[in-house]
Amino acid sequence: MKLELQGISKAFGSFYANEDIDLVVEEGQIHCLLGENGAGKSTLMNVLYGLYEPTAGRILVDGKPVVFRGPGDAMAAGIGMVHQHFMLVPVFTVAENVALGAESTKAGGILDLEVTRKKIREISDKYGFDVDPDAIVEDLPVGVQQRVEIIKALVRNAEVLILDEPTAVLTPQETDELLDIMRQLKSNGTSIVFISHKLREVKAVSDVITVIRRGRVVGDAPPEAETTELASMMVGREVKLTMDKEPANPGEATFKVKNLSVISSTGQRVVDDLSFEIHRGEILAIAGVQGNGQTELTEAILGIQDRVTGSITLEGKELLGRSVKQVLGSGIGFVPEDRTVDGLVPEFTIAENLVLDLYDKAPFAKGISMRPAEVKKNAESRIAEFDVRTPSAENLASSLSGGNQQKVVMARELSRPLRLFIASQPTRGVDVGSIEFLHRRIVEERDGGTPVMIVSTELDEVMQLADRIAVLYKGRLIGIVGADTPRDVLGLMMAGVSPGEAEGSHQDNPDDMEGDFA
Amino acid sequence: MSAPAPTLPAMIRPLAPVSWKTPIMLSVIGLLSLVFFGFAGSDQSATFGISTGGDVFTLPDLVVPGMATGIVLGLGMCVLAGYSIFLAREHRPTPGWVPMVFAALFIFAFLVWVVSGARTPQISLAGLIAGSVTLAVPLVFGSLSGVLCERAGVVNIAIEGQLLGGAFSAAIIASVTGSPMLGLLAAAVAGALVSVVLAIFSIKYVVNQIIVGVVLNVLVSGITGFLFTTVMQEDPELYNSPGRLPVIDIPGLSAIPIIGPILFRQSIVGYLMYIAVAAVWIGLFKTRWGLRVRAVGEHPKAADTLGIKVNTTRFVNVVLGGAIAGIGGSFFTLVAIDSFTKEISGGRGFIALAAVIFGRWNPIGAFFAALLFGFADNLQSILTIIGTPVPSQFMAMLPYVVTVFAVAGLVGKSRAPAADGEPYVKG
Repeated sequence: MKLELQGISKAFGSFYANEDIDLVVEEGQIHCLLGENGAGKSTLMNVLYGLYEPTAGRILVDGKPVVFRGPGDAMAAGIGMVHQHFMLVPVFTVAENVALGAESTKAGGILDLEVTRKKIREISDKYGFDVDPDAIVEDLPVGVQQRVEIIKALVRNAEVLILDEPTAVLTPQETDELLDIMRQLKSNGTSIVFISHKLREVKAVSDVITVIRRGRVVGDAPPEAETTELASMMVGREVKLTMDKEPANPGEATFKVKNLSVISSTGQRVVDDLSFEIHRGEILAIAGVQGNGQTELTEAILGIQDRVTGSITLEGKELLGRSVKQVLGSGIGFVPEDRTVDGLVPEFTIAENLVLDLYDKAPFAKGISMRPAEVKKNAESRIAEFDVRTPSAENLASSLSGGNQQKVVMARELSRPLRLFIASQPTRGVDVGSIEFLHRRIVEERDGGTPVMIVSTELDEVMQLADRIAVLYKGRLIGIVGADTPRDVLGLMMAGVSPGEAEGSHQDNPDDMEGDFA
Repeated sequence: MSAPAPTLPAMIRPLAPVSWKTPIMLSVIGLLSLVFFGFAGSDQSATFGISTGGDVFTLPDLVVPGMATGIVLGLGMCVLAGYSIFLAREHRPTPGWVPMVFAALFIFAFLVWVVSGARTPQISLAGLIAGSVTLAVPLVFGSLSGVLCERAGVVNIAIEGQLLGGAFSAAIIASVTGSPMLGLLAAAVAGALVSVVLAIFSIKYVVNQIIVGVVLNVLVSGITGFLFTTVMQEDPELYNSPGRLPVIDIPGLSAIPIIGPILFRQSIVGYLMYIAVAAVWIGLFKTRWGLRVRAVGEHPKAADTLGIKVNTTRFVNVVLGGAIAGIGGSFFTLVAIDSFTKEISGGRGFIALAAVIFGRWNPIGAFFAALLFGFADNLQSILTIIGTPVPSQFMAMLPYVVTVFAVAGLVGKSRAPAADGEPYVKG
């Protein structure tokens, strides 16, 4: 099946998320849509899938124009989509999820899941998915849930499969498996639209790459194109993908975590007997797949987790049991993983957000009153220093793009002398141009002699920033390794394999993909 | 693939401190029961009648001595509490059957205590159970309405209004037409109409569902109260004498002791209740329709991406739920008594709401939860009649106390549909 988009535009109010986009997906091709977060890739695919109606333009299937009024129409036309956030009902079984919307029934509308189970087993065997039709979806690992999504599309005879940022939630190994599955699907004649901003994967699997920037098609590129070339097409200017940083010059270990355990509200041990140290002037990166205790670890340090045992000391002072205000007061800068929820008050102005933790201290406060002039002065200097793109400091934080919001959070946290700097997912959802800047600021903080802890699920970021890498798996520390550890070894460690074994199996498989990217 | 995963046992560790909540609660209640129901019990015997007049065979009455029974049952409870403490010391959780057996012992001890201490120490067990089912009828219909709405993701606080609307329409239509069956139909329509308002505001205009529900309750109460004083009381002969739905007695089967009257000696509303519980359960869990409804209540966006019309599904469910609650409302004016009075539903819509939660959003669970509340309700009226040592005002609190404890005990344990109460807006 050949799929064509002609002159597609999609406007939300006066803002054009997509403008005049042309795209041709040939049969049996893996066609990649490359673009930064917010470039309009997902919007385009939602238009194609019938979730949004295009403001202008038309969609052609095998040369004939079609109109999709809803996802049902798109599915009927042979288009399947695996969303970035899975569209699976967590409490349903795999079979129920696959059946939903296309159920086989016996007389009287009674469900006949046996038919669905059979189809799942067929597809599962054909592609080696290893999916149990009767498993409850919420109990399955993310990688398997993704396969359920793919099965859902295949059961509906999808000839074009849209994968929206499919690797964002996967471990490196799962990612490689997914790329294999994509190649298999392609050899069976399924076309794939692969949406991503990760150059390494795009180059590994695509037949054609279309680069999108600010809602417009910038151009096509072959998969052989240089990474730097693709990156500059994506960002619109020259970008440096690798950062030159001086080797660390670690001083004494001032931040110590000993036997730290955290019990979640549901009674699970989410951080399990963790011990590590961070030296002055060093970046320790905490790597791991999302949900392996990273959030709870940072929250425990900050003092917003209740059931914590062990010890956390900074320059000899115990932090555990202190209030968040005391912890921050002891010189910790903290960038939370979700800036819109925990890092900013979106309804406050940028200037106010820049003093969220300092509003009651001089020079911003005097007695019971605040001093707006000081707040404004501070805001203007931070905005200039961190290159926050905004018309004024009085604009609401919610009006900023993700990258600029992150700069505001980072500017606030780095605006006072620190004894420890913690950043969770410092560049999630941030455009490539800003990533470069934010990374440089983190390294500068390190060079100033502050111990720095970075929590990131992006292996590329971990490898770029870290002086040492600690890998978490199910709340336990799998090991602390040097920054020069090969990415496959790290990938295995992220799946719970101990460093020694990971090294060993890495030696056995020399045919791994090369890992240079951003 | 047969190699065992060595890391697995280490991952699944026992939860850190074992909860002492259950052992402590059981111990306190067990000891209090032993003292109050046992040592401070009455020396009279309690008599429980098991058969009613028309039964095919007669079972003898159950006669038990008050104090002795209380002591035995109290000791039984203390043993269970002790077992629970023993398990907690071993860092093991108390298994589910312990509190259940404990509750059964407690209820029996309580019954023996109040009955043996009464002026006439005798009650009919058959009557107690049959009466519980009867009182549970509107609760069951109300809770089915709640289940249907909440499974689709709409919180239905307006059950009270739907019951009341149903009761009023049933009374007035049955009086005017002289046909209780038409009254029953009118009740369903009235309940559905209340629901239409709820659906339009909460689904189409995305108004907060709780607020719309509360406002609807007040609105229906106001309208029916107004029409009651201005219309019904002006000419009760014409407007407020609906007549009752006949009790349909299935010959033979209805003469089985205890279960006969419950299952086979009911009005049409009573039979409809059993049919409705079964139908809603099969519908929700066995059919295509039900799968889609539950998907809409759990993850509306996922349902939408599969071509299921989320808001239409919700609308239909809310209206259907309203119709069912309306039928439940007709119980008040066509079965229980044959006239309407102000606020005749008396807050049962809210108890039905509790039954939804207590029954874990499952029609069968809700049915049994409603039965429990019906039992508490019936018990208090019977006990007041036989003259118990407990002041009647305290007895009147019983159904509500049971409600509070039942729901509070389940907080955190039962899981509502994930999108319950959250409006779905595309995009």
